[in-house]
Formats: sequence, structure tokens, C-alpha cells
Amino acid sequence: MRLKIEKRLVPSAWLKVTVPVCSVLMAFAIGSLFLYFQGVSPLKAYTVMASSAFGSAYDLSETIVKALPLAMVSLATMSCFTMLLWNIGAEGQALMGALAAAAAVRYFPMENPFAMLGLMALFAMLLGGLWSGFAGVLKARWNVNEIISTLMLNYIAIRGLEYFVYGPWRDPASLGFPMTKPFIDSARLPTLWGTRIHLGLYVVLFLTLLMWFLLRRSRWGYEIQVIGSNARAAHYAGMNYERSVVLVMFFSGAIAGLAGMCEVSGLEGRLQAGFTAEYGYTAIIVAWLSHLNPLVSLLVAFLMGALMAGGDALQIMMGLPVATSTILQGLILFFVLGGEFFYKYKISWDGGR
Amino acid sequence: MQGEARTTPLVEMRGITKLFSGVTANDDVDFSVKAGEVHALLGENGAGKSTLMNVLYGLYAPEKGQIFIKGTQRVFRSPKDAIAAGIGMVHQHFMLVQTQTVWENMILGLEGTGFFLPRRKIQDRIAEISEHYGLQIDPSAFVWQLSTGEQQRVAILQMLYRNAEVLILDEPTAVLTPQEAGYLFKTMRRMKEEGHGIVFITHKMHEVMNETSRVTVLRKGRNAGTVMTNETTPEALAEMMMGEKVPIDLFKSPLQPGPELLEVENISVLNDRGLPAVEGLSFCLRPHEILGVAGIAGNGQRELCEAVVGLRAVTEGKIYLQEEDMTHASPRAFIDRGVHYVPSDRKQVGMAADLDVNVNSVLRSYWQAPFSRHGVIDWSSCEEHSRNIIDNYHVSVPSGRTPVRNLSGGNLQKLLLGRELSRDLRVLIAMHPTWGLDIAATRYVREQILCAREQGCAILLVSEDLDELMAMSDRLAVIFKGQFMGVLAEPSAVSFEKIGLMMAGSRASEVLKEEECCHEA
Repeated sequence: MRLKIEKRLVPSAWLKVTVPVCSVLMAFAIGSLFLYFQGVSPLKAYTVMASSAFGSAYDLSETIVKALPLAMVSLATMSCFTMLLWNIGAEGQALMGALAAAAAVRYFPMENPFAMLGLMALFAMLLGGLWSGFAGVLKARWNVNEIISTLMLNYIAIRGLEYFVYGPWRDPASLGFPMTKPFIDSARLPTLWGTRIHLGLYVVLFLTLLMWFLLRRSRWGYEIQVIGSNARAAHYAGMNYERSVVLVMFFSGAIAGLAGMCEVSGLEGRLQAGFTAEYGYTAIIVAWLSHLNPLVSLLVAFLMGALMAGGDALQIMMGLPVATSTILQGLILFFVLGGEFFYKYKISWDGGR
Repeated sequence: MQGEARTTPLVEMRGITKLFSGVTANDDVDFSVKAGEVHALLGENGAGKSTLMNVLYGLYAPEKGQIFIKGTQRVFRSPKDAIAAGIGMVHQHFMLVQTQTVWENMILGLEGTGFFLPRRKIQDRIAEISEHYGLQIDPSAFVWQLSTGEQQRVAILQMLYRNAEVLILDEPTAVLTPQEAGYLFKTMRRMKEEGHGIVFITHKMHEVMNETSRVTVLRKGRNAGTVMTNETTPEALAEMMMGEKVPIDLFKSPLQPGPELLEVENISVLNDRGLPAVEGLSFCLRPHEILGVAGIAGNGQRELCEAVVGLRAVTEGKIYLQEEDMTHASPRAFIDRGVHYVPSDRKQVGMAADLDVNVNSVLRSYWQAPFSRHGVIDWSSCEEHSRNIIDNYHVSVPSGRTPVRNLSGGNLQKLLLGRELSRDLRVLIAMHPTWGLDIAATRYVREQILCAREQGCAILLVSEDLDELMAMSDRLAVIFKGQFMGVLAEPSAVSFEKIGLMMAGSRASEVLKEEECCHEA
């Protein structure tokens, strides 16, 4: 008797659902061991997490607030990942988007909210897109590894933004905190239903459908898929790889930039250091967990938002370290990605002779 | 036949059964190799030849069956075990490190060489073996500098260096000129005399008849029979392979070629390394005509084809399509004008293998109506198109949603050919269209190409199979180092021998008599 591992020729649809669900449950099971050794009742901890993520209308709205940037940045990275372009610079692109939006508010303030928000969005998408498109040009022209270039550009973006909020743009009334003056009212995205959920919700819903359409129905999406699957076949089909790289990187950066703008305009109301809370990286996890499917990404972003909200609660209400929720996130990612093995392969006992 | 006298074979495989995901690749196969024999392993693609040999070489563990080496049962967990037992395999794609020298490749994976490499000793040993077996090679040359034939010698040397008593050669002649194949056969005879056992996998019947002493035919994973070569005929073997008799000749109707359609004037093209691959080559393609291109792999065929369909930049010269200058036109411009291309590397180049049949069926027409309008793909017409190809070209596939990577080689080629032939076709550039296909699929593909010829398509056919080229071509060009050694107007009037000489670099004028030669390129 020995284990036999075989590739599944026809992946089962049933497993597509059960495997990730079981994986998440396994992650929580291992997580409960960890919580137990922290001296906390796992059951209580999970109850606290669940209730603070979904317990009340307010909790739910806060979860959605956390999910919005995750969903948007996840969409941004998706087009790149489908093409096997490892753009991990969404964090920096979102920061540049926020910076550009703040610049629009500072230098071109307008009373009309449509004009103001429109200009901010334009600036944000343009700078975010250029930030990422630059890495795209490097890749297309000189085959510079985009993982390295986008990662490095993140650090430049972080320090660049800090320069402005610590320096020339700092609000004199901020008592030394690194932040700009509050935005004028016309530069704030309206919030909905008396919660902190802002208009970005509609932007996310719209972008999700748009992304789905682009990737699954458009000619451009067709090209992205083929290039991602086999660049040589794409060349054979007459596709222009270099142009596609630059275009997709620009597009991806533009959406990440828009996400950055929505965060500062909808939530913070001003530009300050560290506002992204590393959404740019978490969103990469969201994109992967959703198998690069825009519709699924919406759900995954929501669950990830819940996990973050729950993690905050653990910290506040049970005095656990911040790392606790990060560890849970890591466990989930580990198990879900590991679980894909069971989805792709069949394991059986070989009777032998 | 002194080897015959010894009773215990070098290798004996009994009842080998190997399954892949429930599909039987080998079913209760018996096979043996004796000392001093060349044993041909014959069968269509997918008949299980490579699987059986990979089992013997320790790459696959069989579900059932035993392997005996000189009478003792052995279990191979990896090629290392097989090599230790004296079994060597030369794969179709040589397992050599391109950036290392010949002598460095000899000791790849060998244990007991110590930290410092005894270079002198290794080189002496190589010289000794290569002299003994007639395998001339420069031990200090880098593998990438060697021709395919020389690389094959290195791969064989590598096995002899490891004291292999049984050598498995997987389609060794597919990549060789007739002359190089001749050298290989000499080496094989030498090895045979030395008491080695050789397993010789091939598709070429005349090689089986001339070079082997026993033949085993595999059909659908089963042993269809083992016979002495001198007691059988090519027809009988073909019948064993196919299970029924098949007519071998093709019907090619005599047609008058039309006016020149695609004209290539003095083009030069560089290869991927930036070195000249095609130098000052000229020819024309005409409707109702097949121009065959014979040559050993790597003499600029691929670069030539790619240049003629706009996939590779032309550094010098001109390409005209019906008077229109297409020298620097995009690949898409060629496709839109009805120039289609069947690349040799269908899985790596011709298809996006992870994507499904529907997606791949419009790979080279997805921007055209009705497949997309205003930047939106119309999946229902793509699906219809792929269904048409599946039906018309008898592609056996469960549905259009099946990823292409799950298709067998023959079905993949049918799909590719169907895709390239199904839309307004004026020029077809086909590279090795039947490479690696079984007899039925080969026949089908050839018929489709002849059918396109009948319908007025101008065809450039690049192949390594001389029989195929002779049967199909109206004119035959022989390419060597990116130049045509000559274009034969009456290919069937010229002997294989002479074409072989041209493939090795002799000009038509040197080789052919006045009346055989038509025009030199």
C-alpha cells in the first residue's frame, strides 16, 4: 500500500467550493490552538471576532469600510496577475493616487463637488497609472523584473508622500502630526446611510462589473488571457506583448490610484502618513484567494475586511497583540493556497500487488 | 548472431502495466533485450513506446510487472538505479547542459568524482570510448556549439561513459541527415558487436528492416507481437501497428500552378541569438503548388517561415504578396490577407494550452468579425467556429470548454490545422505538419494540405520527412545554413542520396546531372 497522487483531468465543481471552505475551517482550527496557548478561549475569541465584524449594523458597516479598498486594489492587481505580470506595487500606486488627489485639492480647489472629485479622480488615476506604467515600460523595453521595480517604487512612494505630509503640506494646526489640512467639503466623497461607508462602494461595484466584462468579454481581456497563458502563442497570434505590458500596468496602477483617492477623500478627509494600512499588500492575497475572478474578489474582500475588523476587536477587547489577526490571515492564506493541491490532484491508496 | 546463443537476456520486462490517471499506457507488456541485438520498438504515437522505455529507465514506476536484469529481479526507483544496472537512455530531446562542455556533461550526476574534477582522466576516457565506437567529438567543446547530430553523439557517449550495457535510443534518426544517420548505424553495429543490447525506437520502416534483428510492435499499449526482422515485411509490420491494412500512397492530382502569389527576394533573417539564420534567399509560391523545403533541423527553416508570415524581422530583401510590399508588415496584416502558418512547435507556440478549445480556435482571427465587434468578443460565434473545426477535422474532444493541454498530439494538430485552414486561405506555411503524429492522423493532415492545394492555396511545406516531401511537393528546395542548395522541379527524379548530399551542404550543380537540375536559388 502506498499513496498515489494523480492530476485531475476534469476538476470537480463541487470541490471548488468545499476545498476553500474546509481550508478556512482548518485555518481557524489551527488558529484556535494558537489562541489557546495565548491563554485565551478560542471559542470566546472567535465569538468576539464574529460579533465585532457582523454583530450590528454599525459593525457590518465598518467591515464594509475596510473591505472597500481591499476590493478595489484587488481588482487593480487582477489584470496584471492574469497576464502573469507580478505587479506588487499597488501599495505605492495607491499612495501616489492619494498624493495626486491631495495635490488637486491643494492647488485647484473648487466649490463644485463634481468638478472637484472628478479632477481628484483624474489626477489620482493618472499618477497611479504613470507610477505603475513606468515599471511597465522598464519591463517591456529592457525586461526589468517588475517584482523588483514595483516593490522599489513602493518605497519611493512611501517616502515621497512622507516628504509632503511632514514638510511643505503639513497642516500648521496639526500639532506636529504628519498630515495635511482637512480637505474642503467639495473634496469629500459623500458617505451613505449615516455610516462611514462612502461613495467608493458604488465605484467598487461598478469596477467589479467592468473588470469582469473586460477580462471575460472584451478583446483586450482575451489578449491578456492569452499572453498570461503563453506569451509565445500571443506573439504568434500577432499580439504586441510590449504594448500590452505597458497598457495593463498603467490600467492597474490607475485603479490602485483611484483606490488611494477614495480612501483619503471618503474616509480620512486629509492626506496623512501610513493611511493605507498596507491594504496594497493584503489586496494581493485577496486577488489570489479569489482565483483572479472579479466577482469572487468582492466576497473575499468582504471576508478579509471582517477578519481585519475582528482582529482589531481581539486587540482592543481581549488585549491580544496586533499580530494575532495577521497570523490568522497568514494561516488562511496558507491553507487555502495549500488546499488547491486537493483541488488539482486526486489522492488515493494504491492497492499494490 | 552469437548473442542469440546466450539464454539469459540482458533485460527482461514481464507483464508491465502502467496507468496514467486511469488511462492505460502499457497493458501487460512483455519485452526483452538480448546482448548483441538491435531490438526495434515500433508503434504509433501514443502506443506506449516511450512509457515502456521510461519504465525501464526508472522514470516511471509501473503498477504491475517485473523487470529482470540478467535474470535477477530489480526495482528501479529512479534513473540512477537504472543507470547503476547498466541501462542508458538517449531521449529525443537530449538531456544535456548546453552551457557546459562535453566532458563536463559526461560526469553529470555521477557520484565519486570528488571535489576536484580529474579533467585529464575524464578526457582520456572520452577519447578512448569515442575512438572505440567511432563517435568523433571534441571533449572541450561547449554543447551549444555542437550540431544536433553531434549532441546526440555526446548523449550516447554519456551513456557509454556510465558503462551502459543496454542503450535505449528514442527516435534517434528523426533529427539526422541521411549521412549522419549512416554514422549512427555504424556506431550501433559497433556497440552490437561489443555485446551491448540496443533498443531502437523509430517510425521509419526501412531503418527497422535494415538495422535491427528483432522487432516488437506496440499497439494501444499492448504488445502486438515480437518477430525476427528477417522473417517479416514492412507491410506485415504496418498491419501489426494499425491492426488493419492501410493504403500508404496519397492521391495528388496534376494541377497547373497559377501566377506568382508570394514572392520572396533575397531575404536575410537573424535567429534568436542575433546570428544570421537565412541569407539572401529567394523563392516564390504559386497557387495550386506545394514548394517543399528539405533540410536538417536548425538550418534556418523556422526563421524563414517566421519571416514569411511577419513574425520575424527581415534584415535585407523584400517580400511581396501579389505586388504588395509586405516586407515589414505586421503578423496581423499577413493573417488578414490570408497567409496562415502552422508552426512546428504546436503546444509551445501554436496554442495557449491552458485555455480551452473555443479560445484557441480563434487565436489568429479573434479581432476579425464575427468573432469580435467594437472590441467585444462574441463568444457564441467563437463557439460555433470551434464546433465547426471539431466536426470538420474530426478533433476528438469532449467539448469546446476542454483545455487544449488535455488534447493528444494528433488532435491538437488537427485543431491547429483546422484553425489555419478554415478561414480564407491563400498562402499556407506549414512546418513539420505531421511531426509526431500516428499513421491515421498523418494521412489525414496530408490529405487536408493536398485539398488546400487543390483549392488554389500556395503552400510552403517544411519537413524532415523526405518520403513526405517527395510525395507532396511539386517543387523541392533543399536548405542548408540558411541558403537553398537548389530547387528541384522534379523531386521524384532525384535520389535520396543526392538530396542527402545537398542537405549536407553540396550545391545542386555539384551533385546533380544536367538534366536533373532545374534552377539554383
